[in-house]
Amino acid sequence: MKSFLNDWGLILTIFLPLAGALVMLVIPKESEGGIKTLALVASVASAVMGVLLLFNFDYDTAQDLQFVVDKSWIDLINSRFILGLDGLSLPLMALTLFIVPLVIVYSWKHIPDPGNPKAFFALMLVLETAMIGSFLAQDLILFFVFFEVTLLPMYFLIGVWGGEQRRYASIKFFLYTLFGSAFMIVSFVALYFLAKAPSGAALEQLRALGGQYADMQAGDTLNTFSIQALTFSGAAGIAKTTAIVIFGGMFLGFGIKVPMFPFHTWLPDAHTQAPTQGSVILAAVLLKLGTYGFIRIAIPVLPVAARAWAPLIGILAVIGIIYGALGCLAQTDMKRLIAFSSVAHMGYTMLGISTLTAFGMNAAVFGMVAHGLITGLLFFIAGSVKERYHTLDIKRLGGLLISAPKMGWILGLATMASLGLPGLAGFWGEFPAILSAYEPAVGLNVALFRTLMVLAAVGTVLAAGYLLWLYQRTAFGTPSEEFADDPNITDVNVFEWIAWTPIVIAIVVFGFFPGLIFDVAGPAVDVIARTVGG
Amino acid sequence: MFATLAQFAPDAAYVAPTIDWHALAPEIIVSVGGLLLILLDSIKLERAKPFMPALASLTLLAALIPVITLAVDGSARSLFDGTYVVDSMSLVLKALFLVSAYVVVLLSTNYVAEGDYWESEYYSLMVVAVIGMLVMASARDLLMIFVALELLSIPAYMLAAWRKGDEKSNEAGMKYYLMGVFASAVLLYGMSLIYGVGRSTRLDIVAENLTRIGDGRGAPIVTVAMIFVIIGFAFKVSAVPFHTWAPDTYEGAPTPVTAFLAVASKTAGFVALIQIVFFCFYTRPDIVQPVFAVLAILSMTVGNLIALRQTNIVRMLAYSGIAQAGFMLAPFAVIETNRDQALRSIVIYLVIYAAMNLGAFAVIIAIARKTRSAEITSLGGLFTYMPGLTVAMTVFLASLAGIPPMGGWYAKFGIWQALVGGDTGLGYALALIMAVNTVIAAYYYLNVSKTMWFDDAPDGDVTPVKVPFGLIGAMGIAIVATIVFGILPGLLTDISSFAPVPAAFGG
Repeated sequence: MKSFLNDWGLILTIFLPLAGALVMLVIPKESEGGIKTLALVASVASAVMGVLLLFNFDYDTAQDLQFVVDKSWIDLINSRFILGLDGLSLPLMALTLFIVPLVIVYSWKHIPDPGNPKAFFALMLVLETAMIGSFLAQDLILFFVFFEVTLLPMYFLIGVWGGEQRRYASIKFFLYTLFGSAFMIVSFVALYFLAKAPSGAALEQLRALGGQYADMQAGDTLNTFSIQALTFSGAAGIAKTTAIVIFGGMFLGFGIKVPMFPFHTWLPDAHTQAPTQGSVILAAVLLKLGTYGFIRIAIPVLPVAARAWAPLIGILAVIGIIYGALGCLAQTDMKRLIAFSSVAHMGYTMLGISTLTAFGMNAAVFGMVAHGLITGLLFFIAGSVKERYHTLDIKRLGGLLISAPKMGWILGLATMASLGLPGLAGFWGEFPAILSAYEPAVGLNVALFRTLMVLAAVGTVLAAGYLLWLYQRTAFGTPSEEFADDPNITDVNVFEWIAWTPIVIAIVVFGFFPGLIFDVAGPAVDVIARTVGG
Repeated sequence: MFATLAQFAPDAAYVAPTIDWHALAPEIIVSVGGLLLILLDSIKLERAKPFMPALASLTLLAALIPVITLAVDGSARSLFDGTYVVDSMSLVLKALFLVSAYVVVLLSTNYVAEGDYWESEYYSLMVVAVIGMLVMASARDLLMIFVALELLSIPAYMLAAWRKGDEKSNEAGMKYYLMGVFASAVLLYGMSLIYGVGRSTRLDIVAENLTRIGDGRGAPIVTVAMIFVIIGFAFKVSAVPFHTWAPDTYEGAPTPVTAFLAVASKTAGFVALIQIVFFCFYTRPDIVQPVFAVLAILSMTVGNLIALRQTNIVRMLAYSGIAQAGFMLAPFAVIETNRDQALRSIVIYLVIYAAMNLGAFAVIIAIARKTRSAEITSLGGLFTYMPGLTVAMTVFLASLAGIPPMGGWYAKFGIWQALVGGDTGLGYALALIMAVNTVIAAYYYLNVSKTMWFDDAPDGDVTPVKVPFGLIGAMGIAIVATIVFGILPGLLTDISSFAPVPAAFGG
């Protein structure tokens, strides 16, 4: 079993959904049941592989890449097909494998207009492959390819199945991300040419990778895209100013994806216009590609530059927290409000990352998972509300606890989790991130980060404000006259139960046992934090 | 002057060159095929007409066989005193020309047979143009380059005006012809100056002599001559500001001919530039690099910005082609520090560009059978009634925009790699300008896919149309090439891992 997983585990996890999408092409359009079953089977099969990986993962060495696949790919540029799973990738891979089948179950009776489940599910499966691939790729070019492949399916999900402004929103989403990644790839190429072999202990680690690195001497040009090798190099041989510019390219690529203030403006549009399923995947997984990219690539590969950029990232993160919260307070549309809350929540994640400490980055990893679950659930509920009320105008909603009490309670749980109530997952994403700013990595400006900490803490108050306000206006009170006796407004149906229950359970479980994620990601981020001296 | 010529043949007695027939086999096969086509037509075998495209296809595919055997053999061959070189780079290019021309024949079969066109001449002219391209891929001599260029251009002038009853097509042919001849004149004048100072037509000897002149006597002439030659080719590859003929010609010419011009003809122009710049002018990067940097920046930026405003998809592709030419011109600007990679990246770009662009034209021709229009709005709602074509077109557009896993990403990546690897300020600047341009380009490519996927059919007519077999074949070849080169670029880089100077004679 173990040897099978070593050889095929990651490849199957990534490509089973894609295989499903390819098989789907030959299923006739009319056979809707077959299409849905196939989509579910493909995504569940991938999830089963993921569960097997989780059981066979060696948690004692979570900092090491496991189940590594290393095959030759583009020899000329020395880019290899390297996949690997470590404590940093694992929670995010698991999150993806967890969310996508639930989205497919939810879609069983909720295919948005204009229908065409075949294309809808095929795109979703391609998207799943690309997302898992991004989290497992250990080669910059491979990562870039998966990262970019996420764009087209999402573009079509928003553009074909989205709301009224879908054309504008989809193209905005696409161009923003492409703009960032165009600079990111230039940075990757620059690393390829500039990074040199390090000296001392890092050189030993590099040599231990074997292959072309076995006989490297300190100062040899690496000419590699391997993330591991570049991490060991730690930008040795790159002048500080050059490194800062290269980091800038990556900052654009990842920062737009997160999204960080001031690049966030695509997010509310994309979220609001996307179909429910698109919003859920976007919030739960796609945004994490950005934060993951910072922790996995930008920071360990360019540690010196990361220290130079950290204050700016911290400041932008806190601006994002406050701005996102204020933005939420100004919204009249439930979905748009949740979208703005994503800007704020990703701000906490980025604040944790900007401290460059193991504690902060660990909080960030937890924050990513927690935000994925909670905001995913919120978007699910918003979608179901929209379907029943045909509006998300907060003014017109109300009395959800009377017309659909079970849904009202689930919304309550999700908002409480989102505002960071202890005992639910959201707390562990937010609180440690704020705390980590109290003591940033050695050498960073302590006064600045403590100020940021205070401002971020103020942000939680605002978060409580807008979330409670949202909950109060939608769930409390009596239903307004126009919806009082609307027969369309029914309580949670069976597909929604199947899709939501696992998320609710996960939110509670992670709330009580945060160690489930902290202990897995801990060793991995420890190593990364050590490379930047945090 | 006779004395200078004679200095390369010190022995007065004429010795017939030994001819490597294997190396020349592709050119010979295509020449024979071309003559056969003319012959069949001139003895007026009306019955032979339906077989013309088949014969043209067979000729092109047959010529591919010696290209493959030569590639398997692998040794670089140098003929006629080093003026004609058959190495891995030229073989990749020859295969590219042959396959592109074959795809164009597939595109043309129904188009030419169903319209009111001269059918037999169409194919014989196209095959003759291919001979010029094959020669171009091997030519390392000023004269040979010029002859090859005219051999491929003159049939193209006529083909552009092939819709003889149509004013736009006449305009297309006329503009193309006048601009082409003007460019040839500029080019030839530049070449004559080069010959004057370089004292030879052989590129390697000229290169040595140009280095020797340096800043000494004759330096201004060298500068002027090089700029004239580069400008001459800039017309051919439609680089800004010498691009003005391209959109009108592309729009007016019959669409399969447009595909031929946009892909094969443009590639040939680039090959000529490669031969001259990478094997001769590279010794003077101080002149070459700034000129190409300006051409590249102008082409990609102006091409993209004008493409944004186009409502006709063929014109849009014409402007996008200008922008893509800008991308391909950029590596010339790092020729001093990164010559090998620059050359490779351009050739790889040419191959992938051919696949995705031919594919896009194939879909346009297929759709035009129904819509009878090339307006972008006429594509509305295509996804609802012809999903297969929509997906195919999306693949090609995404590839043109450079989205993985379609081949275009690797083409762009290669250019970036060459530019950044050059490690010069100019290289970095070009890489960043190109990054911005990639995003601009993505907008108009996406705009087309948006129309196909998200909009409704303009007149509510959603009856699908039958796509002829030839077009399906063309799309199939293009789509497989586009995706395979995107997922496994290694296939392409392995066969093209050539260095610019063959060992046979150090330039």
